[in-house]
Amino acid sequence: MNPQLTRGLCYVVASIFFVLGLKMLSSPRTARRGNVVSAIGMLIAILTTLTAIAGVKWGWLIAGAALGSVIGALAARLVKMTSMPQMVGLFNGFGGLASLLVGWSEYHWNWAGSAQGSPFITVAILLTVLIGGVTFTGSLIAYGKLSGAIQGKPILYKGQNLVNAGILLAIVTLAIVFYIADVRRLPAEPGALVYTLLMGAIVLAFALGVLSTIPIGGADMPVVICLLNSYSGLAACAAGFVVNNSVLIVSGSLVGASGLILTSIMCRAMNRSLANVLFSGFGAAVTQASQYQGQAKPVNVEDAYLILEAAQSIVFVPGYGMAVAQAQHAVRELGSLLEENGAEVRYCIHPVAGRMPGHMNVLLAEANVPYELLVEPQDVNPTAEMVEVAVVIGANDVVNPAAREDENSPLWGMPIIDVDRARTCIVLKRSLNPGFAGVDNPLFFKDNTRMLFGDAKASIGALVSEFKS
Amino acid sequence: MELDGATLTLLFFVFILAMFLGVELIKKVPSQLHTPLMSGSNAISGITIVGALIASGRAESSGVVTVLATLAVAFAMINVVGGYLVTDRMLEMFRSKNRNGGEQ
Repeated sequence: MNPQLTRGLCYVVASIFFVLGLKMLSSPRTARRGNVVSAIGMLIAILTTLTAIAGVKWGWLIAGAALGSVIGALAARLVKMTSMPQMVGLFNGFGGLASLLVGWSEYHWNWAGSAQGSPFITVAILLTVLIGGVTFTGSLIAYGKLSGAIQGKPILYKGQNLVNAGILLAIVTLAIVFYIADVRRLPAEPGALVYTLLMGAIVLAFALGVLSTIPIGGADMPVVICLLNSYSGLAACAAGFVVNNSVLIVSGSLVGASGLILTSIMCRAMNRSLANVLFSGFGAAVTQASQYQGQAKPVNVEDAYLILEAAQSIVFVPGYGMAVAQAQHAVRELGSLLEENGAEVRYCIHPVAGRMPGHMNVLLAEANVPYELLVEPQDVNPTAEMVEVAVVIGANDVVNPAAREDENSPLWGMPIIDVDRARTCIVLKRSLNPGFAGVDNPLFFKDNTRMLFGDAKASIGALVSEFKS
Repeated sequence: MELDGATLTLLFFVFILAMFLGVELIKKVPSQLHTPLMSGSNAISGITIVGALIASGRAESSGVVTVLATLAVAFAMINVVGGYLVTDRMLEMFRSKNRNGGEQ
């Protein structure tokens, strides 16, 4: 069989593996095998490509591949589950950077080889380096914010959107000039100008990535991570057009599409538009619409224990605070004790709780909570009155009844978990400070709410010892 | 490297259909699997390794290409190896009540 056809068929097989792998990832039972299937697809794609390339400096190639593999393996092994959001963010960035480098390298090869520029390849290269560049620096900023290296609060300044629009305009202008210059350049004299223009476009893409991510606050990171995930796929896709390779296009667009879907799911869970998340600097301005009056009712560990001990139906609602306090293992221990005590225990997880989609699920899975016990708001809300005790652990905005009751609240319309409708609601919190959105939470002042002040892990630990004694 | 119109059209077809397929595939993923899905699809975006390898195939033409392609290979491999391993590590933790007996 002709080698080109064989390779083409191998790429088709690899694509099938990717599609099946993604499909299997959609059920907890098959997910792990799905990941392996997708990895096999990757192996097939890599091996197939290795048979196609000649003129390789093998020493360089092997060194690069080995270095990347070792770093990747170490990072995957050593990362703590609570650091998963920044890890995923960083990997996104590396994917974008790799695509950028592919685009640049291909351009250099075309340019130095004095090949006549092809208009289509020029456009594809431009898209690759631009999307790759934005993905790279955007992800670095997301990484910095999630790991705490940069302050998580939105960084805002006057005329911010104007500056970003200006950079975008500059990129478009530069891209058009580059395109014209590159298509018209003569094979005999490549010229340094076009090359400089491309470098300029890369630098501007880097700047756009940074400047468009800094105004986005910590709690909006789930959306940003999804979006960057999508970009990294689209960058790979664009690289596929550059090297005329369909497996790159297929898998790149699968990732691009999945990132977009997740982005829209996250936005819907917050009842905000993507534009609002990206441009509003939500959570920075404390524009308080209503002040909530009332007396919060603190509770001590002994009384909280008595409430829990008597309850038959308990729902835990974890939030980012649980991740910060690393309280997931303590929470599970308490949950198991309550189950032994005869109660029905569920864990209700809001789609945007934490700093990335599914963040709380991963932490509770780490603590060995069976996935059947993890439920979504729509499973709990219709029968919220039947819940005897709702225990809120480090969650705030996702349980804020103002989203339902106060039209002036910035959270108005956001789907929340209706813990305020439970018979009793115990809120574990360090203080009465408002959550990320800077919005006071009337939940704390409701008659059926009890505040258990203190570090979540310590409080849960104390409850566990009460149960054991 | 010149692409003719027919090839180009075909590539666009592939792109558009794959986007639709991706949307259909992901739409049904339950929220508890969102993180593994993200890191798993992140690993797939490491497919740019194929582009990096193709670029490495031009290494003999110039030193700049060698360096750029090698860097691309390294970063793509971080994405591929790290992405798959970390996804596996996460999914290993997702246990069912039945298999785990609820208690460990």
